[in-house]
Amino acid sequence: MSDEYDNNKSYQAQSSEVMDGSTGSVNPDIDYVRPAEVGEQDLYHGHSFIEKWVFCQDAKVIGVQYFLTAVFTGIVGLILSWLMRLQLGFPELAGFMTAEHYYQFVTMHGMIMVVYFLTALFLGGFGNYLIPLMVGARDMVFPYVNMLSFWMFFVAVAVLMASFFVPGGPTGAGWTLYPPQTILEGTPGSGMGILLMLISLSLFVIGFTMGGLNYMITILQARTRGMTLMRMPLTVWGIFTATVLAMLAFPALLVSAIMMTLDKVLQTSFFMPTILKAGEVLEYGGGSPILFQHLFWFFGHPEVYIVALPAFGIVSDLISVHARKNIFGYRMMVWAIVGIGGLSFFVWAHHMYVSGMNPWFGFFFATTTLIIAVPTAMKVYNWILTLWRGNIRINTVMLWCLGFIVTFVNGGITGIFLGNVSVDVPLSDTYFVIAHFHMVMGIAPLMVIMGAVYHWFPLVAGKMLHEGLGKWHFWITFLGAYSIYFPMHYLGFIGVPRRYFEMYDSPYMTSAVGMNEFISIAAFIVGAAQFILVFNIIKTLKTGKKAEQNPWKANSLEWYTSTVPPEHGNFGERLPVVHRWPYDFSVPGAKDDFIPQTTAPSEVIHTEVEKT
Amino acid sequence: MHVGIIFLLVIIGSVLFHIFTPWYWTDIASNWSGMDDTITLTFWVGGGVFVAVCLFMIYCVFRYSHKEDRRAEYKPEDKKLEKILTWATTLGVAALLAPGLIIWNQYVNVPKNAIEVDVMAWQWGWQYRLPGADGKLGTTQVRNIADNNPFGINPDDPFGRDDIMVESDVINLENNRPVKILLRSVDVLHNWYVPQFRAKMDAVPGTVTFYWFEPNKVGEYEVLCAEYCGVGHYAMRGGVEVQDKADYEVWLSEQETFEQLSARYEKLNVDGNKLAKK
Repeated sequence: MSDEYDNNKSYQAQSSEVMDGSTGSVNPDIDYVRPAEVGEQDLYHGHSFIEKWVFCQDAKVIGVQYFLTAVFTGIVGLILSWLMRLQLGFPELAGFMTAEHYYQFVTMHGMIMVVYFLTALFLGGFGNYLIPLMVGARDMVFPYVNMLSFWMFFVAVAVLMASFFVPGGPTGAGWTLYPPQTILEGTPGSGMGILLMLISLSLFVIGFTMGGLNYMITILQARTRGMTLMRMPLTVWGIFTATVLAMLAFPALLVSAIMMTLDKVLQTSFFMPTILKAGEVLEYGGGSPILFQHLFWFFGHPEVYIVALPAFGIVSDLISVHARKNIFGYRMMVWAIVGIGGLSFFVWAHHMYVSGMNPWFGFFFATTTLIIAVPTAMKVYNWILTLWRGNIRINTVMLWCLGFIVTFVNGGITGIFLGNVSVDVPLSDTYFVIAHFHMVMGIAPLMVIMGAVYHWFPLVAGKMLHEGLGKWHFWITFLGAYSIYFPMHYLGFIGVPRRYFEMYDSPYMTSAVGMNEFISIAAFIVGAAQFILVFNIIKTLKTGKKAEQNPWKANSLEWYTSTVPPEHGNFGERLPVVHRWPYDFSVPGAKDDFIPQTTAPSEVIHTEVEKT
Repeated sequence: MHVGIIFLLVIIGSVLFHIFTPWYWTDIASNWSGMDDTITLTFWVGGGVFVAVCLFMIYCVFRYSHKEDRRAEYKPEDKKLEKILTWATTLGVAALLAPGLIIWNQYVNVPKNAIEVDVMAWQWGWQYRLPGADGKLGTTQVRNIADNNPFGINPDDPFGRDDIMVESDVINLENNRPVKILLRSVDVLHNWYVPQFRAKMDAVPGTVTFYWFEPNKVGEYEVLCAEYCGVGHYAMRGGVEVQDKADYEVWLSEQETFEQLSARYEKLNVDGNKLAKK
């Protein structure tokens, strides 16, 4: 690898100049790092409580704000899933629930978990907290806009939650919001509910654009000296690529939300054909419901990777640190992230094989979809090859990473079923799909989030979370979630359709009752187990063990701040200077089994470290 | 130690569950056994990869657990290994994609001798129309739908006069004869799905979609709506009865044509007018 990195050219050129020009010195300045091209950023430090903790411009505080708001929506989503599982497993106990309620819960659960929980948590939460720290910046480049981004998200969440309290309740159109039913009578919440949903989504996109610009430009423009793109931690690569995807994909959601609002309010017909309802022909005509689906999935499929890519990046870093081994095939990992991101814009219609679009599209989209499996598989291989010949700490963080690998591979494989057009025909719209996407973009990213929480909590709070509680949390969550979703695939094989309020009068489905009860019980337990983490955090904040600086012995810059937790401005007087990638673990000849990114080459001259 | 064992049990449990599961697909009753075969193939290949990756991970957990006096290997990349893995994966994926595309090609090309069935969906129910003696369905329009024209057939279309109306949520089909399902909806998305036939497609208002299959097992089957269509979605059921040719023809001869239905309504009108005059 030594001669592979292009970005070393400047450094090599510099050394040869010194060799030639100086008076016979054989010790070139190997520690040379190109000077910064941009001056340092002036920061606005808050003076009052409100400026420090509410309308704060510090990306770390904004990150925590995003995190907490997203977790709040996640808890709402969790409670909704309990209610759904109560109806599906024990309908006799759910007498209070009508079909309207059920569909409203299904819809809100889906939308909350995908957009307001996972997307906001990964990009708004981890992105804000980690990007400036990991690239060696003092803050995001536009701190004020960054603050607005969070508050726009906050308003979007408030509007979304308000829809629970309007006449008719929240929309029950399914999270995909397919017209025409979304805005017609016969779907719960087709009045105020859907309007608030569309407004909330639009606000989310606006707020997210403000944040996304920050993440992208900070990564491109505000990296510290020596932090070349190919020395960035994979966490940053994942978040960066996901943000680019979001910037390109969310506009499609925004225009479809605007058009649907017009169809609803002004009776335009973007998505509405001639419709006969209750014997009356409505005042619509000529619109295309399938057009909406194309727009929605043009957003919706990249959205899957907006959640997955940050998870890929973060888990790579966690595995590398805790296996005490460099991530295997770093450059392959970077190109896989970028490649998956690019390909994700060419696969959207695999959600629409049986939608009634021209069936010839199926050939194209099945092929692109299965191509994306190749870079994804490479990432999986590289994760397990990072474990191979490592020195693996089996701690809570690593447990979540191992759980991620199992659930992600499982969900990835079932994706090959659904992506392969004719195999999708019998399985689409059944519980197989539910099981697949919960495994691959619900549980797997959640495993990464949990691992990341245990990993970075010492940095954020300066205290170590309790390991014992963490292990209980992991095992209940992993075993429970696996036993929810693994058997659920088989309901799909029977042919049990999704989005059925109740279904078991079909003769060949009676055998599914027992499994539904089992799944529901597992869901109650897994949901409740998440409060172990809440308890752990509260207990740790009160009485937990104080964390030493860099407790995991990691190399990346966030652990080398002037204080723990880092203050506003992150790095004290001087910004760090970076000399290497963040994965120099267990280098032969080095004193410790890790070499921080800030360690100059002259300090590790006798080791066999490779140039990065 | 116990970590590796628990993960190992999860993988063994998954394989055993798959082998002994009582929950699996229904007995197939159409020509689409190729879909089942591709699923089985994907299970072998994909399941194999899943088990292999997980076992390798578990091996690493057993073999390379943290020891203070040991160091991990330092080897940033291995180009040869990465190349081998890339090509092996590409081959595996292509091997799964090929049968998928071949069957899709059959799915989108309807045999010439298929009988067309107009499946009309609304919130929340189904009705069916078959071509009459001329073998062709008349064209339709949502705006034409009325009590005396439940399918919205264009009155001027000569092909529509002899169309056979099945104003019931159960349709009869002839065994071993390909059927082209033409899907229409008058309001929102629906999807006419019989698990035993494996095939499905959305009905989209404003357009006509299609798919085909050949039923090959006499019997009664339940139709489910497979695309969310509002609050009555779960209750939107129908039925199919697959019959031998002789039984099917008896059933067919008992159905009303559009012409007969129109005449019946005209008579009703006339009778009604007479009554009114009295």
